[in-house]
Amino acid sequence: MGMTMSQKILAHAAGLESVAAGDLIMANLDMVLANDITGPVSIHEMDKFTKKGVFDKNKIALVPDHFSPNKDIKSAQNCKCMREFAYDNDITHFYEVGQMGIEHALLPEQGVVTAGDTVIGADSHTCTYGAIGAFSTGVGSTDAAVGMAYGKAWFKVPSALKFVLTGKPAPWISGKDIILHIIGMIGVDGALYKSMEFTGDGIQYLSMDDRFTIANMAIEAGGKNGIFPVDNKAVAYIESHMSPEKKAQYEKTGKKPYTIYEADEDAIYDETYVIDLSTLKSTVAFPHLPENTRTIDQVGDIKIDQVVIGSCTNGRLEDLEIAAKILEGRKVAKGLRVIVIPATQQIYMDAMEAGYLKTFIEAGAIVSTPTCGPCLGGYMGILAENERCVSTTNRNFVGRMGHVTSEIYLASPAVAAASAVTGKISGPAELGL
Amino acid sequence: MKACGHVFKYGDNVDTDVIIPARHLATTDAKGLAQHCMEDIDPDFVNKVQPGDIIVARKNFGCGSSREHAPMAIKASGVSCVIAETFARIFYRNAINIGLPIIECREASEDIEAGDEIEIDFDSGIIYNKTKDTSYKGQAFPPFMQELIGAGGLINYMNQQK
Repeated sequence: MGMTMSQKILAHAAGLESVAAGDLIMANLDMVLANDITGPVSIHEMDKFTKKGVFDKNKIALVPDHFSPNKDIKSAQNCKCMREFAYDNDITHFYEVGQMGIEHALLPEQGVVTAGDTVIGADSHTCTYGAIGAFSTGVGSTDAAVGMAYGKAWFKVPSALKFVLTGKPAPWISGKDIILHIIGMIGVDGALYKSMEFTGDGIQYLSMDDRFTIANMAIEAGGKNGIFPVDNKAVAYIESHMSPEKKAQYEKTGKKPYTIYEADEDAIYDETYVIDLSTLKSTVAFPHLPENTRTIDQVGDIKIDQVVIGSCTNGRLEDLEIAAKILEGRKVAKGLRVIVIPATQQIYMDAMEAGYLKTFIEAGAIVSTPTCGPCLGGYMGILAENERCVSTTNRNFVGRMGHVTSEIYLASPAVAAASAVTGKISGPAELGL
Repeated sequence: MKACGHVFKYGDNVDTDVIIPARHLATTDAKGLAQHCMEDIDPDFVNKVQPGDIIVARKNFGCGSSREHAPMAIKASGVSCVIAETFARIFYRNAINIGLPIIECREASEDIEAGDEIEIDFDSGIIYNKTKDTSYKGQAFPPFMQELIGAGGLINYMNQQK
């Protein structure tokens, strides 16, 4: 019986010839991630193990990104806890302020996750790395603690949904519109416990940044992971983003430090959806669920108080490029706050060199150092009572960005930037673009 | 093992941001988290909840963030079990890993109302609604998960492995 791409990676990770949906397996992990919210809980749990220490100091990534740079004393204590653990255990991939970025933009950029890897992270958006052909999934702090100590995690092998993407998206239509369209179609539990496997000739038109955005939000459909085939574009990305130890291993052995898996022709899928990307319009998710989607021509007249452009979903260079193209020579609407957050230091620097940051500041936006900040209502842009925000982030739950009566509208960088100019939810067409 | 208590009832897609809002996540202490449990969806919950009480919700309970703080807060608030039609997968793992009993049961999720008095027999999976004098059968866990639960969570389970 054929296996899906995710099942093949899991079979390899469990040391098995084959696996089938529903099998319970113990998999060996290539990377275990935790952040400043979930990491300290894991670290406290690790004290309870009879086994001491970590399984492999090169296969753990610790990223203080959520409430860091430290937003208050408690956050500072949590970051300190992680820092001390990282030093005590000589963790290679601990990213201090100055090197850190939003974890799911940072890890692929730094090449510490790659095609064929099995990755768990104590953060639900760990599913992002499916964009480069890894099986990666979010877990809680106890799973991450076991991962850090033993290098293992238990999984129920998932069945899968297949999304055949065809055609070329129209200008300004990006990965965010595609994934919001899909979540609107199947619902926030439409992929519950399942893999979302993307395929089809439309993938060639999607940049790596588009794919990261799509895989990132698999969890918003309840998915266990989202995964893309590894094509030439993905290989080019992987080979130009290799960690120092992977590069050294490659030069020493000549063996490529990644493995490309493909779904079997006869793999079984619970459902197959065909989506013609050329028909998609800019899509916005209304409060308070990512499945409450409307196309831009159906949003009506919704005035806003804030725009956030950033996060693990849409804080990458191409997202900033799109926003800069729209904001170039234009001004932020009067009374609106616009917050731009490049996801990593590298993206920050690249955006600076490309002139995007100047464009944002001249338009009247602010630019922040990398942080998850406002996405989860941490800091750097909390909403007051009844305020509305257009955000390129991933969740619009009640109270997610601040007051329980505030509202979040999820959208692409293009819609966020156009809305920043008009002061209401708008697509680039409203600016004549 | 049995649990008995009164029901707090919620709808579909109760997310971990409303179970424990991120503004409290700098706290890692379970009792501290419990003081804010469910506050954005049910501000009265923390004042009313009694040891042994039961949360019953509809589908996709615990969706969103992977924060283990959510089942930690529920457990530390005294809740003895969460019943739902379905659970989001990370919440499901976290609950089992930390020893918060959960049961998937569509009939119970549909029929049980707020304030009903419920008795749960974890060995048989039978949920008995004393208020309505009705019983429901919850879905049994696969053997591996029963082992995890029996060990008292994932950490004890791993400590017992050779």
